[in-house]
Amino acid sequence: MSVTAPAIRIEGASLRFDTVTVFDGLDVEIAGGAWTCLLGPSGVGKTSLLRLVAGLDAEGAAAGGRVVADDGAPLAGRIAYMAQRDLLLPWASVLDNVLLGPRLRGDLKGARARDLRERALFLLERVGLAERASAMPAELSGGMRQRTALARTLLEDRPVVLMDEPFAALDALSRYRLQAMAVELLAGRTVLLVTHDPLEALRVADRVEVLHGAPARLARPAIIPSGDAPRATDAPEIARLHRALLERLAGGAAIGGAESAMAATGAPLAREVAE
Amino acid sequence: MSGMTGGGLIRPLTLTVGLLALWQAAVWVSGAPPYILPGPIAVIEVLVQKYPTLVRHGAITASEILMGLALGTVFGVLSALVLTAFRPARRWLMPVLVVSQALPVFALAPMLTLWLGYGMASKVAMAVLIIYFPVTSAFHDGLKRTDPGWLDLARTMGGGRMAVLRRLRLPAALPAFASGLRVAAAVAPIGAVVGEWVGSSAGLGYLMLHANARLQISTMFAALLVLAVFSLTLFFVVDRGMRHLVRWQPEA
Repeated sequence: MSVTAPAIRIEGASLRFDTVTVFDGLDVEIAGGAWTCLLGPSGVGKTSLLRLVAGLDAEGAAAGGRVVADDGAPLAGRIAYMAQRDLLLPWASVLDNVLLGPRLRGDLKGARARDLRERALFLLERVGLAERASAMPAELSGGMRQRTALARTLLEDRPVVLMDEPFAALDALSRYRLQAMAVELLAGRTVLLVTHDPLEALRVADRVEVLHGAPARLARPAIIPSGDAPRATDAPEIARLHRALLERLAGGAAIGGAESAMAATGAPLAREVAE
Repeated sequence: MSGMTGGGLIRPLTLTVGLLALWQAAVWVSGAPPYILPGPIAVIEVLVQKYPTLVRHGAITASEILMGLALGTVFGVLSALVLTAFRPARRWLMPVLVVSQALPVFALAPMLTLWLGYGMASKVAMAVLIIYFPVTSAFHDGLKRTDPGWLDLARTMGGGRMAVLRRLRLPAALPAFASGLRVAAAVAPIGAVVGEWVGSSAGLGYLMLHANARLQISTMFAALLVLAVFSLTLFFVVDRGMRHLVRWQPEA
């Protein structure tokens, strides 16, 4: 990658559905050139936060906030987006799907087209689909389809990559392989990954953030697993952090046993103590 | 896809032969005179005898249908594109569309004949009127319902409006367009023949009216048969073409 990946700061983010405030005045730091995983219960606004960074509309909600890169340049045009669904076009071949970005921008012309095609084929080889370049999406398995989507994301060659549960719909083995593949191929970029799966977060992230409460806040301190991703999920440290993460997701704040004791006595989930 | 295999041909053939046999049986049992209900054999005789006349009139009706289908499809596609591209157009064009459907085409036929004459123009106009709405509404529906996920993706990729229309919305709307065109192919003959019945000097509708007045019922049946064969062929050709166009779509 030719440019350094910027850190991103979300300032004063807010999200409201009619009368419900999902979050308000929320600040989030996303480290440059690293993987940040965002976890949290359903409906806490993870996807909305990611859409805010991506510059996409808030799907019927009122959203606000500023998203800035630490190098001061605008983020538009520096972001690649990968969703839970592969979003492959059923009428286009695998290769044409990978080339969707340049095609939409009108870049697929002349000598540039040949370079891009070559690059697309190279990326398909990297994700293990070199043989299937001319296949149609309907002929592929779920894992292959998501690998095509990964190749499409890589072809965009953007310093910032936003991923919304990209592995959630896959079977366990495909998910395991694709996580490692994504970590390797997206090294050096600023990645924000929204996920429901604490183990996935601990396997791939440099920094794990938990969004919880109403209005939602980031739990502090963030969890920073040691060592390089992808990590072995059976390491003792990962097991300990996994438990801590689950407790956090269940409503507690600090890493420790107080919340589980509370939950055991049947006390209401104390989301206010998240601070 | 099974329509072309040997197994797929047996059923329609058996059905046709069975229906013809039933028809002939009805003629024998009822003892109806040939000027009330001619049997299939009598009709086939007329088909052979009046072959040149039937072909001449059939060609006129067929051209009316094909022109109506082509023009109606072009108008429908353009209208759907305008409705999709310009929001204000929806408020102005939608009521016109609905009104065009609320007025029965049959009631408009005499006026169209009055304005456009006894020639082919009024019949083409009838066919256009009858298929314009199904094509427009189906295609517009398809264009409106592009997967929002694709649009999000296109947005982060920096795709322009025209590129998104051409690369995403249009191909995504093809299955909906295909169903609209199938309906159009099935109803376009109705428009043309109704136009001919109301006032014309040529075409299968004219031939039927003419024969009816002279109690040549077997000629009427022969004309009807020619019309049915043409309409069915048209429908299957359109259906096959559309299936090829959206062959990427999984069969539901």
